[in-house]
Amino acid sequence: MKRRTFAQIAALALATGFAAVPASAQDTLKVGAVAPKTGPLAGGAAVSYWPNVKLWVETVNARGGLNVDGKQMMLEVIEYDDQTNPGETIKAVQRLVEQDQADIILPPYSTGLNLASAPIYHRYGIPMITSTATTDKADELSAQFPNVFISLGGAQPIALGAVEVLTELRDRGDIGNKVAIVNVADAFGIELANVAKPAFADAGFELVYESSYPLGSQDLSPVMKAVKSADPDAFVAFSYPPDTFALTEQAQIEDLQVGAFYTAVATAFPSYAGRFGESIEGVLGIGGVNADDEAFQTYAARHEEVTGAKPDYWASAMVYSTFEVLEQSIEAVGLDNAAIIEHIKANAFDTVIGTLDFDENNNNPSFWTVGQWQDGVFKGVASTGREGAVDVVVKGPWK
Amino acid sequence: MDIIVTGLLLGGTYALIAMGLNLQYGMARIMNLANGEMLVAGGFAAFWFWTAAQVSPLLTVFIVAPVAFAANWLIYIVFLRPLVKRARSRGQLEVDSILTTFGLSFVSVGLMLAVFGGDYFSYSYLSFPVHILGDSYGANRVAAFVSAVIICGALWLWLDRSRAGLTIRAIAVAPDSARLVGIDVGKMAALAFALGGAVTATGGALISTFLTLDASTGVMFTLKALIIVIMGGVGDIRGTIIAALALGLLETFVATLIDPGLTLAAAYLLFVVILLVRPQGLFGRRTT
Repeated sequence: MKRRTFAQIAALALATGFAAVPASAQDTLKVGAVAPKTGPLAGGAAVSYWPNVKLWVETVNARGGLNVDGKQMMLEVIEYDDQTNPGETIKAVQRLVEQDQADIILPPYSTGLNLASAPIYHRYGIPMITSTATTDKADELSAQFPNVFISLGGAQPIALGAVEVLTELRDRGDIGNKVAIVNVADAFGIELANVAKPAFADAGFELVYESSYPLGSQDLSPVMKAVKSADPDAFVAFSYPPDTFALTEQAQIEDLQVGAFYTAVATAFPSYAGRFGESIEGVLGIGGVNADDEAFQTYAARHEEVTGAKPDYWASAMVYSTFEVLEQSIEAVGLDNAAIIEHIKANAFDTVIGTLDFDENNNNPSFWTVGQWQDGVFKGVASTGREGAVDVVVKGPWK
Repeated sequence: MDIIVTGLLLGGTYALIAMGLNLQYGMARIMNLANGEMLVAGGFAAFWFWTAAQVSPLLTVFIVAPVAFAANWLIYIVFLRPLVKRARSRGQLEVDSILTTFGLSFVSVGLMLAVFGGDYFSYSYLSFPVHILGDSYGANRVAAFVSAVIICGALWLWLDRSRAGLTIRAIAVAPDSARLVGIDVGKMAALAFALGGAVTATGGALISTFLTLDASTGVMFTLKALIIVIMGGVGDIRGTIIAALALGLLETFVATLIDPGLTLAAAYLLFVVILLVRPQGLFGRRTT
């Protein structure tokens, strides 16, 4: 009896095995994704990157797969954790190509990891439509690596966006011209602060306080106390997620009264609203989306349905729309990497963030720079040419 | 005055971070590199109870502490006791336990990623100002400081006055001689290790009210705890408290009067100076 059961099970396993092998060999495409699941950037990737990989694959499979040269192919994901370590990102890409023989490889997460792995993507000729990298050197990058595309914008326009929004508020008479700037002492914070400080001075603002703090600071109350005693009309922080939360909380504790309060990464995260509730009405932050647009709202609803979490109001939709660009290009020209790259260069794409059209430097010239929490939604208030920006409002007292 | 209060509050936070490691390293002789993960797990429990059922983190600690105690007891029995048994010298145990707990820290990060996800967990609790001597401070930081005082005070009294505390101090000072006077060294070491884990997880629950944590932030806390424990002197509660407060005061002093960018540099400078002047730590005993 026992032997027979075993034989039956073995036969069954064999049969399903044989049935499954040809199916997987022919009708599925392997999609490789490498990004942080651990390390300093894991928290950001868990919000903006990984849910979109899942959502994209599920969406494509739900409509019957990807149409490659007239054949419907289902997608299957291979995920690697690069531990926020550029060396690991490069190794994982090599592994995806050499060992897993992935058909599609998605770009990694964050400015640093994208820049570090651009050469390896280039060596394999993989189209790399980055969605979480901000750089001002798109022209140099695309000259060296013509397979790399930049969609999230550059540090310079993003910092200047903050200056522009504050200038508008001041010229309307909503705020005075005293501004306090702090930044995290890291490539991202230093670069943005270095662009913003002279730009604020040129715009006629007075810098009443400026300072940086180390990455991972456990107590930012001395910083906020110093800001408060400088009595600014506007506060700008080029901050990372844990400090964005800490600075906002400290500003509420110190009751910092400013007409413009700007923090950077994580201001657009749903967990920011989840933590501070209605008290963040009028808070400005990096990024933004056209939140009233139907395509974004449909995307946000699907994102929540499939992944159980809301998308953020900046990079999430951008990540997804670059996957859409790849999807549309593959359906147009098949799995030929060189042809895909040419197709992306030559065409404009209709995506969840609107039209995405790369310029001659493989750069997306129109992106959101500043958003603002208004009535529980983080709406884009400044961009370099995207549609749907709402008017910026002066921030009232903390509630 | 403002600097002193802010510095003391930060010092209280540091004491919460480091006290558990001191019990595990100083008393149970296990250099636990997975200590920070236990802290993050405690923080996650507080986050979860608060968002799911609005249970105050100050009450959650009464659930977190016994669960962490039991979990750390198990970890000690399953993973660490075999190392203690086969170790011929303290040095060998130290190397073995560092390797094992280094591995355990990866396992814990992986488990936490699977269970909690990689997202930041942050929530607002007691985030209103309280006024002390004319300045305002976050109520959650004050609550954590008060808890730190209670926990450290209770630990010190227990170790200094009770019979069980005496035996634990005995195994910390001389594990081999302790066995000769009828102390069950294995059992007491497991107790110290489990207690250290419980204190760490409690600290995690308390500091999660004002710090934003995610599954992989544990290592940052392990490092900070290690610095404080070594500065204060391994195996001495008073040393850890003094070192934590000194570090908090110094960082706040530098951030306020010089530049917030130099806090880390100042902290490590203090560490180096103490190691140069007193290699065994402020209250440590010179090893023979």
